[in-house]
Amino acid sequence: MRLRPLLDGYARAIAARRMRSLLSLAIGLLCVWLAAQSAEVDLWKLFENFHRLPSYFIRIFTLDSGRAVWTDPVEWFWGLDRWAGQLGETILMAYVGTALGAIGALGLCFLAAANVSPQRWMRIAARRFLEICRTVPELVFALVFVICFGLGPLAGVLAVAIHTLGALGKQFAEVVENGDMKPVDGVSSAGGHWMVAMRFGMLPQVLSSFVSYALLRFEINVRGATIMGFVGAGGIGQDLIEAIRKFYYTDVSAILVLVVLTVFVMDFLTERLRHRLVDMDGQR
Amino acid sequence: MKPADRPPPDLAALRARHPTYFAPLLAGRAGGLAAAIAPLLLLLFGMAWLGFFDGRLGRGMGKLGEMAVMMLPPDPGSWARAKIYSLALVETVAIALLGTMAAAILAFPLSLLAAKNVVANRVLHFLTRRSLDTIRSIDTLVWALIWVNVVGLGPFAGVLALMTSDLGTFGKLFSEAIETADRKPVEGVVSTGASPLLRLRFGILPQVFPVIASQILYYFESNTRSATIIGIVGAGGIGMHLAEQIRTLELQQVSFIVLLILLAVMAIDWVSAKIRFAIIGRSNTRKE
Repeated sequence: MRLRPLLDGYARAIAARRMRSLLSLAIGLLCVWLAAQSAEVDLWKLFENFHRLPSYFIRIFTLDSGRAVWTDPVEWFWGLDRWAGQLGETILMAYVGTALGAIGALGLCFLAAANVSPQRWMRIAARRFLEICRTVPELVFALVFVICFGLGPLAGVLAVAIHTLGALGKQFAEVVENGDMKPVDGVSSAGGHWMVAMRFGMLPQVLSSFVSYALLRFEINVRGATIMGFVGAGGIGQDLIEAIRKFYYTDVSAILVLVVLTVFVMDFLTERLRHRLVDMDGQR
Repeated sequence: MKPADRPPPDLAALRARHPTYFAPLLAGRAGGLAAAIAPLLLLLFGMAWLGFFDGRLGRGMGKLGEMAVMMLPPDPGSWARAKIYSLALVETVAIALLGTMAAAILAFPLSLLAAKNVVANRVLHFLTRRSLDTIRSIDTLVWALIWVNVVGLGPFAGVLALMTSDLGTFGKLFSEAIETADRKPVEGVVSTGASPLLRLRFGILPQVFPVIASQILYYFESNTRSATIIGIVGAGGIGMHLAEQIRTLELQQVSFIVLLILLAVMAIDWVSAKIRFAIIGRSNTRKE
């Protein structure tokens, strides 16, 4: 008998929670419905045309003679030399872009971190700058740079570098904010000025995380660099979009296979490198 | 005594007196230098290869400065255009929202297959993981081009493209979250004789829900950024207008559109931070 009020209270609490969950679900569904109106979602059209997706994939893996591509790899990868060169350029673009962006981020992250930033206005300016760099999409920068620097990989690299600067700058600043302030205080109390305090107080703690984040960003940038060619900014994207637009079906599959393989290899290598780095940190 | 008044330490004498302290320092420095030189050389080689040093950089910088000046002040041209851009921006956010939601709904069952602690079949596990990786390594824009072939030009193709490329990412992230889940609640549920479905609902889901929800929110933000460029290949959103205005050098309109995008992304960051806090805060109280 005495349990009754407790059970009632429990039931009421559960009912209130359910009510709130249902309400947020309803709001979410309303948002989805509105978004579906705006994005012209038409499930019937998807259902009617869905067969085209598998048939597209079957088509790109079929040679003009009607046989599957893997029966004649020489014919399939007829442009291997050309594509391999472009893939090399793509990787190089990702590497140079990541390196330049990381160097810039290394300079700005100490200004943007709340715990070590020398001046309030410097912190705000650095943060806003990094925000703009990472919010404007890479491809938009690439479009603008193609006008300024001409067609070719230079525009693509600069676009990758600026986006990397914004993304890594934020992540680096967060690492610095989580860093231990005691070494910095120690260097400052011994008379070292701000630069020295950062170099010997903060940098040794955060460097391995910086390298790890930069390697992750390199992986992302390899993917990003594959589409720079869509706007004429170098790499394999140029041939890929031409093959898709002009319906060179087997070229599409050949380039996609090469891109996927390259991304796999790069992911594998950077992951190995990051594990080595973590192990080295553990030994210290 | 102020640091500046102190006599500088006689480094040479110190080095002679304490060789055991200085020798490892020098060795470490040499190692560090050797490790830094190879990447630096590669960087310089890459910069030379990609045309950093043949004068185009300097000339381009001048042009870039001119363009930056021409971008100011941001101006849509007319009210009608401002309205078109705003509608396109709404469409962009809608594409991001729907793409993220659809990807999350489709990825959850796949991530169960890819999680070692739910499905213990190694072949299935390997196949799911590799297919997710393959989907992930093809860029959203390529998926957009493929979906345009299927459903035609327009924002719907963009939704499907974001959905496809996020499917790969979500499948990986969710399955990692599920694999790190604590076994004990699951064992507790199993000990009451619950079916596998109930085990999932009451043993695993309460643990992974906050992680998954905050990842979905994070990707919603990042997809808003991706959705702004998807229009370049004709898959809806503001990207089409942006690319067109850049190509026709209507730079004041370009800066207006970029400003709109910045504002929208900031607003979404703010809202999703609120939602994330609400979800994580609630689940924390539930754990107690």
